[in-house]
Amino acid sequence: MVSARTARWRVRLRHLSGTDVALWLIGALLLAMVLIGSYKSLQAGRYTTRQWLDFIIFGLAQGGVYALIALGYTMVYGVLQMINFAHGEVFMSGPFTAYFVARALDKAGYFDSYPILSLAIVFVVAMAVSTFVAVVLELVAYRPLRGAPRLVPLITAIGASFFLQYTFRGLYGSGVKAYPDIELLQGTWSLGPVVIQKTLVVVFIAAIVLLVGLYLFVQHTKIGKGIRAVAEDQQAAALMGVNVDRMVSMTFAVGGAGAGAAGVLYALIFKQVHFFMGFIPGIKAFTAAVLGGIGNIPGAMLGGLFLGVFESLGPSLFLEGLGVPAPYQLKDAIAFTMLVLVLIFRPTGILGERIAKRA
Amino acid sequence: MTRKSLWLVYALVVLALVLSACARGTPTPTPTPQPVEQPQQPTPTKAQPMEEPTPTPVAEFKCEDPLGCVEIAPGDPIRIAYMLVVSGPNESLGVDSRRGIEIAIDDVGGELLGRPIELVGEDSLCSPEGGQAAAQKIAADKSIVGVIGTNCSSAAKNAAPIISEAGMVMISPSNTAPYLTDPATRSPGYFRTAHNDKVQGRVAAEFAYNVLGARKAATIHDGSVYAEQLANVFAEVFKELGGEVVAQEAVNVGDTDMRPVLTTIAAAGPDIIYYPIFIAEGALITRQAKEVAGLEDVILMGADGMFSPDFIEAAGEAAVGAYLTSPDFTAFAGGYQEFLRKHEEKYGEKPLSAFHAHAYDGTMMLFYAIAQVAVEDAEGTLYIPRQALRDAIGSIANFQGLTGNLTCDPNGDCADPKIAVYQITAAGEWNPDDPNKSPVKIYPK
Repeated sequence: MVSARTARWRVRLRHLSGTDVALWLIGALLLAMVLIGSYKSLQAGRYTTRQWLDFIIFGLAQGGVYALIALGYTMVYGVLQMINFAHGEVFMSGPFTAYFVARALDKAGYFDSYPILSLAIVFVVAMAVSTFVAVVLELVAYRPLRGAPRLVPLITAIGASFFLQYTFRGLYGSGVKAYPDIELLQGTWSLGPVVIQKTLVVVFIAAIVLLVGLYLFVQHTKIGKGIRAVAEDQQAAALMGVNVDRMVSMTFAVGGAGAGAAGVLYALIFKQVHFFMGFIPGIKAFTAAVLGGIGNIPGAMLGGLFLGVFESLGPSLFLEGLGVPAPYQLKDAIAFTMLVLVLIFRPTGILGERIAKRA
Repeated sequence: MTRKSLWLVYALVVLALVLSACARGTPTPTPTPQPVEQPQQPTPTKAQPMEEPTPTPVAEFKCEDPLGCVEIAPGDPIRIAYMLVVSGPNESLGVDSRRGIEIAIDDVGGELLGRPIELVGEDSLCSPEGGQAAAQKIAADKSIVGVIGTNCSSAAKNAAPIISEAGMVMISPSNTAPYLTDPATRSPGYFRTAHNDKVQGRVAAEFAYNVLGARKAATIHDGSVYAEQLANVFAEVFKELGGEVVAQEAVNVGDTDMRPVLTTIAAAGPDIIYYPIFIAEGALITRQAKEVAGLEDVILMGADGMFSPDFIEAAGEAAVGAYLTSPDFTAFAGGYQEFLRKHEEKYGEKPLSAFHAHAYDGTMMLFYAIAQVAVEDAEGTLYIPRQALRDAIGSIANFQGLTGNLTCDPNGDCADPKIAVYQITAAGEWNPDDPNKSPVKIYPK
């Protein structure tokens, strides 16, 4: 392994071009800025350890949601080598629909008497709707274009994204709707000196459980095996008797279920749902998927968490030390700078070594 | 590069395009306080133009106006244009204003000086690009006399110079950003019936310092012209009064996780956070401020951009105790009830947003000024001199509108701005018209 690595390095050095050097310089510069900014921020001592920990905890919860959405991007990419830009809208459709269920349950008082059961109902509704939207989306918008050049489904995806956004706006209106407050998740837990919002802990744990569950589903069930076979080689899988269309549908279904669950978790943290809510998380999750190495499920998880934490920590850690005013407006810039850095040093993403066509 | 990584590059480029388009299109609508029904003494809303229905006929008219004249052949309509956000997420704001214009046209019987009034329109969206495109289309049509618009201050930024350059006038029903009527940056054809945020920011700062006794303030804006300028006015006045501004932060429209920025603010230890932004982000800050260590007792204060039942719904219990500044609806003049009745009758619903009355007043001001300056020659051609029209609007004083007593100052601010501070005292309620129910008007007494 080690010798193979060094050999590859030697080859790389021999083929070093001007562009590579420029890229490395940009990367080194960004890295230096990050390090200097962090050092200065920490020197300034404006935040207590508790506050730094808070940043990380906010980031982990947010990252868990990104990771769940990213799963859908990465699986679809693994199987079809296409970016499903409408995935953000799949994410929106579930919790937006489940909002009405949640409201009804809240009005009837079920959230107080049977909180777990009520939450489960909300989850099931959201996941079902998102799964349905994802599967129908594939059937209507992508399947007829399976053999078309790659840019065609990409544009279709963007069109489908707008179509879904405005359909849901037509259905439920353009106003912001708010999920009810759930008594069970209010308040904080203290672990020694660390005080954590219950909601954040629950969201983070739920996200991890769901991610692991979906990963095991893909790795250890027959359908999962089928999905992986199609990802490996569509034609060969078809020849071996795998129903390719069905496996592609299943891929979208699994991704949709993840997105629907992510949507409810998102609504638990932020409470608000509206027709446009999928756009930014969708873009961020896509970034997370690329960051982690697109096509790779553990990569999506890692990328999501990584992105969430950096977004939360970045402005105060990297930028404040450099004296940047109002650093939070540059939160997205940090996220994408991270992406650039990772892609310069590891063009295939964090876990990109295993980029081989795998769902 | 393998084909696969090239593909990834394509995808990233598309992503970058989409993102940049999104960033530019970030809606920065001017605030949309909800209309409040006020029991007012019924006053006739008959507009002044009706009292002089025919222009002075002259034998022969020679246009000597420096900006030229609009010539309207016998029987042709007088054409005015709207330039509002009538699509997208802020659509209700523009449709609401357009209805105000339409009711104003109905109220003058659909005609002016014996000519039918024709309303045309362009969608200015809520962005600088949208404003620019709409203004260019309108400016190209030389038969248009005047424009009502835009809704969003950011759309006005590019639109005002283009409309002015074309010699036309524009009256905005809902731009509130101070720079639009700043002598250094104002376009000569620009007027507005909405309040200037210099007034709103000052009222907020005075209330915070004098009434609430706050001494350390933090502000948050969302990058929109409206929010940024309003937050700055607040900060300046607050400092002027002797207070200290400990943090001036910003978020993006569409951000959801406000905890990091709030944690930064908590480290500065303010007494009050002033965040004059919009409903979605405003509600998130309101909720999350309660969850950040060190901000449990901080005073929360927003502005008219969040003065809406949607904000109450989105912020839930956390909104209780928060303060919001807004136009003082008790100051709305008589005739507003009558307007609401007509609105209900014509559209079958209550106003969608809050600047319908401002749009109505702007339209009436335009009609009034046209009637003052228009000249008809012996052949029946109507001439409307453009510079004279501008001057006529600029010299409007004591104009009885729905929103109050309008007087245009030399910079184009025509509003009769009365700002009040409201406090939210109960979750899930929205009765600004009832003095005993949430939100309660508490300042000025």
